[in-house]
Amino acid sequence: MAIRRSLRMWPALRQLTENDLLGLGTAATSEKTRSLQARTETADRVVPSICPYCAVGCGQLVYVRDQRVIQIEGDPASPLSRGRLCPKGSATKELVTSPLRQTTVRYRRPHGTAWEEISLDQAMDMIADRLIKTRADTFEEVDQQGRPLRRTMAIASLGGATIDNEENYLWRKLMVGLGVVQVENQARI
Amino acid sequence: MGSNMAECHPVAFQWVVEAKQNGGKLIHVDPRFTRTSALADRHIPIRAGSDIAFLGGLIHYVLEHQRYFPEYVRSYTNAATIIDERFLDTEDLDGFFSGWNPKERRYDNSSWQYAGGVIHAAAGQRTAPGALERATVVGGSPPQEDPTLQHPRCVFQLLTRHFERYTPEMVEKVTGVSRAAFLELAQTICDNSGRERTTAFVYAVGWTQHTAGAQFIRTAAILQLLLGNMGRTGGGILALRGHANIQGATDIATLFDVLPGYIPVPKVDDPTDLGEFCSLNGGAAGGYWGNLQNYLVSLLKAYWGDAATADNQYGFEYLHRLTGDHSTYQSTLGMVDKTVRGFFVLGENPAVGSAHGGLHRKGLRNLEWLVVRDLYEIETASFWYDSPEIASGELRPEDIDTEVFLLPAAAHTEKSGSFTNTQRLLQWHEQAVEPPGDCRSELWFAYWLGERIRRKLAQREDPRDAAILKLNWNYPLLQPGGDPDPHHVLREICGWDGQGTSLPGLGAVRGDGSTTCGCWIYAGAFAGGTNLTSRRRPHWEQNWVALDWGWAWPMNRRILYNRASADPEGRPWSERKRYVEWDEKTCRWIGPDTPDFPLDRRPDFQPSPGATAENSLSGDRPFIMQSDGRGWLFAPSGLVDGPLPTHYEPQESPLRNALYEQERNPGRQLFRRVDNPYHPSAGEPGSEEFPFVVTTYRLTEHHTAGGMSRFLSRLSQLQPEMFCEVSPELAAERGLRPGGWATIVTLRASIEARVLVTPRVTALKFGNRTVHQVGLPYHWGSRGLVRGDSANDVFPLVLDPNVHIQEVKAATCDIRPGRRPRGGIS
Amino acid sequence: MTISSPRQASVPLPMWQGGGTRMGFFTDTSICIGCKACEVACKEWNDVPDLDPSWSGNSYDNTLRLGASSWRHVAFVERPRPDTGVGVQWLMSSDVCKHCTRAACMEVCPTGAIFRTEFGTVVVQEDVCNGCGYCVSACPFGVIERRADDGRAFKCTLCYDRLKVGEQPACAKACPTQSIQFGPLDELRERAGARLEVVKNESGHEMAQLYGADETDGVGGFGAFFLLLDAPEVYGMPPAPSYQRRDVATMWAAASVAAGVLLGGVAGAIVWGRR
Repeated sequence: MAIRRSLRMWPALRQLTENDLLGLGTAATSEKTRSLQARTETADRVVPSICPYCAVGCGQLVYVRDQRVIQIEGDPASPLSRGRLCPKGSATKELVTSPLRQTTVRYRRPHGTAWEEISLDQAMDMIADRLIKTRADTFEEVDQQGRPLRRTMAIASLGGATIDNEENYLWRKLMVGLGVVQVENQARI
Repeated sequence: MGSNMAECHPVAFQWVVEAKQNGGKLIHVDPRFTRTSALADRHIPIRAGSDIAFLGGLIHYVLEHQRYFPEYVRSYTNAATIIDERFLDTEDLDGFFSGWNPKERRYDNSSWQYAGGVIHAAAGQRTAPGALERATVVGGSPPQEDPTLQHPRCVFQLLTRHFERYTPEMVEKVTGVSRAAFLELAQTICDNSGRERTTAFVYAVGWTQHTAGAQFIRTAAILQLLLGNMGRTGGGILALRGHANIQGATDIATLFDVLPGYIPVPKVDDPTDLGEFCSLNGGAAGGYWGNLQNYLVSLLKAYWGDAATADNQYGFEYLHRLTGDHSTYQSTLGMVDKTVRGFFVLGENPAVGSAHGGLHRKGLRNLEWLVVRDLYEIETASFWYDSPEIASGELRPEDIDTEVFLLPAAAHTEKSGSFTNTQRLLQWHEQAVEPPGDCRSELWFAYWLGERIRRKLAQREDPRDAAILKLNWNYPLLQPGGDPDPHHVLREICGWDGQGTSLPGLGAVRGDGSTTCGCWIYAGAFAGGTNLTSRRRPHWEQNWVALDWGWAWPMNRRILYNRASADPEGRPWSERKRYVEWDEKTCRWIGPDTPDFPLDRRPDFQPSPGATAENSLSGDRPFIMQSDGRGWLFAPSGLVDGPLPTHYEPQESPLRNALYEQERNPGRQLFRRVDNPYHPSAGEPGSEEFPFVVTTYRLTEHHTAGGMSRFLSRLSQLQPEMFCEVSPELAAERGLRPGGWATIVTLRASIEARVLVTPRVTALKFGNRTVHQVGLPYHWGSRGLVRGDSANDVFPLVLDPNVHIQEVKAATCDIRPGRRPRGGIS
Repeated sequence: MTISSPRQASVPLPMWQGGGTRMGFFTDTSICIGCKACEVACKEWNDVPDLDPSWSGNSYDNTLRLGASSWRHVAFVERPRPDTGVGVQWLMSSDVCKHCTRAACMEVCPTGAIFRTEFGTVVVQEDVCNGCGYCVSACPFGVIERRADDGRAFKCTLCYDRLKVGEQPACAKACPTQSIQFGPLDELRERAGARLEVVKNESGHEMAQLYGADETDGVGGFGAFFLLLDAPEVYGMPPAPSYQRRDVATMWAAASVAAGVLLGGVAGAIVWGRR
């Protein structure tokens, strides 16, 4: 039976049996063609999102199947973008799924000639230690006239334009708590 | 002007295309003929860096031909205000305003004030506090006005005089734009402004990245106020920002000099008393800035929670203080000089994206430790083994002692949060999948780093740690060890009252410790306990303003100052441009947008004596953030380099300043150091070595410093190599072969690029002098699928004094055929 | 059993006459901003392999042509303004498979790999294609091409899989300015005609013309047609594309042999199958 079914799918035979002698219409389709399905239809869920590139803020829809992003395209409902995306926005799936993405922590020791792998936990601990030490070593309580400063000028931070409001907020809050003055982002540049 | 919208904001450009199809006119003033110019009705090539002369010419035209909008100008701007008699203009002092202190290279702005009182700028004063402490602060109407606009010291007359010499002939001489093209444009703009029509200006970093960048925007603001194009549909000055959340990052605020909501960070000479600090920084002024203390106290409550009490001035004592400019380029120099030892880089790539990349990489090499968080291994992380300095053999990795942590970041699809777009619209993106491997959100990183530090410091009992230990750091987690709940963080930003109920709006923010609000301009985005930024009602189910999509600060207003869309009596200026208006029946402002005005404030409202903040403004003052409720044609405060824009040449220029003896913006920030050499300008010895103008830009196919595009095959193949754009004339003059290589030579660096000879770059004529311009896209670096030299390496550090932005839109260079010398980058 | 070739020249050239609504593209180049979103969206949706990055020096065009791995291609033409001769004009146009009414590629395909869909579009079935390459030389536009690494022929499918679920093709959906419009061909032609009037009369592009909207042209009109601001050759497109009968005719022999062999085999199999 299986053989017979597959034979019936043979294009030339279908042409004969389906009165499509020219073989140019839909009869000429293969099993694969007939079962073709837009992969967006196979998504487990569609997640509303916003394009991460420029500041226009185009609406995106993220199609997810088996916990993987299978497609990202414009959200037609957006009054800003009406479903459209530029080349960068259209490449967003590659941005987030590329095998070139860095997914492990890398550490380079002073004078080192190669990256080393360390755990995220170890990296967080080392960073906390360095921040605490640098801050302690350089903390300015008051200026020469005794006016309060309560800060360190030995630590700086740059970035924020590509990350969320909530992230900027929490980061700045932490930096203010520590007296780190030089917190800046792309807006200056 | 100053924007290449079709290339850099293509999806927004759909609205321009649509407007064009509806009969709108698009004029593109830009040094290069770009993909925006290709769609424009007219492209006007201009010498990079000369926009103030051009816009000043338009102001002159409008005034000379009386094409301004008289009712608008009289009622809604400070045209009638009389200025201090000590004020002297650049016309009097040949390029300087009164108050210049040559030793300190800065202005004392006390002579720029309104006659009879001083006036605060919105978002705090930025000037010497001494001058403001003693005087009467203007809140509401200025002490002296002349409604006839005839008084020689009224703003209107000062403005007229200031721009008198910005004639079409002068415009041609300075900008290279022909008199005919200029006049055609001037007429088009005037014909399309007024009651029935409006004109909009769109700009981007082509206006900001100059040593007088803030004044570029000011010039456009003056013009738009004169024409009555502010606060109205189809009008305005639209800043097109380059990153998904660059607006939010500014608002929230990862900037050294402002706290969330543009509250100024205290300076060392600011009062230590909270109340005094607030009144000095705008709290005594009119308009909404008069509520500064409410905003600041609620922020302090958000930062320090229960530890912020009236007894400790709500934690005001915990705040650090500024002693000058501590912006990012200062940090870079601090790294080079080893005063800055540790550096966090969160989703940014300064080794490629910032001016004078070589100096940045030197700074990175001199750090003790560096933490880079990104999706890909960008140049800022790899500088120690993969950079021009390593490639040239100048340095070896073994010589570099910086400790580097590269932490992989979660992508926007792997976390939930809000972006604020270029029109102040907050939009929420939902997490779709879990981040892979060690990838984490910045929210996770900030929270858990804070947790760790606080745990470690708690054992020390050092009084200097009070601010960090008492910080309100209680956040519910999505899962143990996971991210803090981003909804909760947004709720803290938007604020709550004593009962924990989300604030309905900024009017509910209090200064008595009863409310908590992390960013007062965002108050209301969580009104009713709902995350309004996540609203996605389709545009076809609502009106064209689409108030039910996301949430725009403040108070979901989509056009700022939209009270100005109605006349002083509250009637629409015209049926065609009807937007927000006073409805006598309901005694409210109504319209398709949220009115940007107290809803029930009558147009004929007059403030009672002694009224403060917004209550000091009468009902016909649309500019409610200003102390006098008016648009400022003349800015007595807020800008450090002058109350009126003035054309200055860029730091490096092939021409002398045709308008003033003073060549350049006197207040610009210079860094005269061996590692930051400047080229001589026209008339100075050696200037002929660098005869061409060099400017930078980006391409549709890439994103800024390339961290989100050069690692993507889809985008890389579209623009695979660094190139320079030159005119056929320059190519002939220098022997540059199309498709071959050229080396762009400066004292900072020499970089190589493929040669794209194109008639889209125009050689401009200035008398008998031809000025050639070299265009450089700045996306490339040593990493990624496509690699190339970085355009930003050729620029020096020289900054605008107001906002400390670098000048990379106009400098000088030489260009020669062939590749740069290998084995050494000069 | 003798079977005459169904594709003898005496047989009228097959025109699209399917029952469903013929769908297609109208690419209005007067509003193309050359952003290449179409190229990227196409590649992302269809998993089209990447090109080796190579800088051409030809304006902003580094894709250069349509091919097996570039199903959309944005052409850039820089030239002096034709009206005044002063200044520059920069034409941009997103090219694509024309989905011809008389599709030579489909005609010559001996395996039936290329078929006309229920939407009137012309699609290659990659699982059927045997890589013979007849279609490549038959296409008057040089659109269809074999991939060097696997030998089979590829081109734009007009996102057949998306059309099946009522979605528009990826390129048209992404296009920021709607330079690429997707829809029923009749409607698109009507819209294009009106737009042409505006472009010619109001925008002053005297040479503007529709390309491929005419059913009497050499390929019976395109399923994906264009509004160009000048003659097609300015954009590198053939001015008078024609159904290449001569080439096709020389292929019939080979094709009919292939078909005969095929059918002979099938007949045998049927007999076998019935046992």
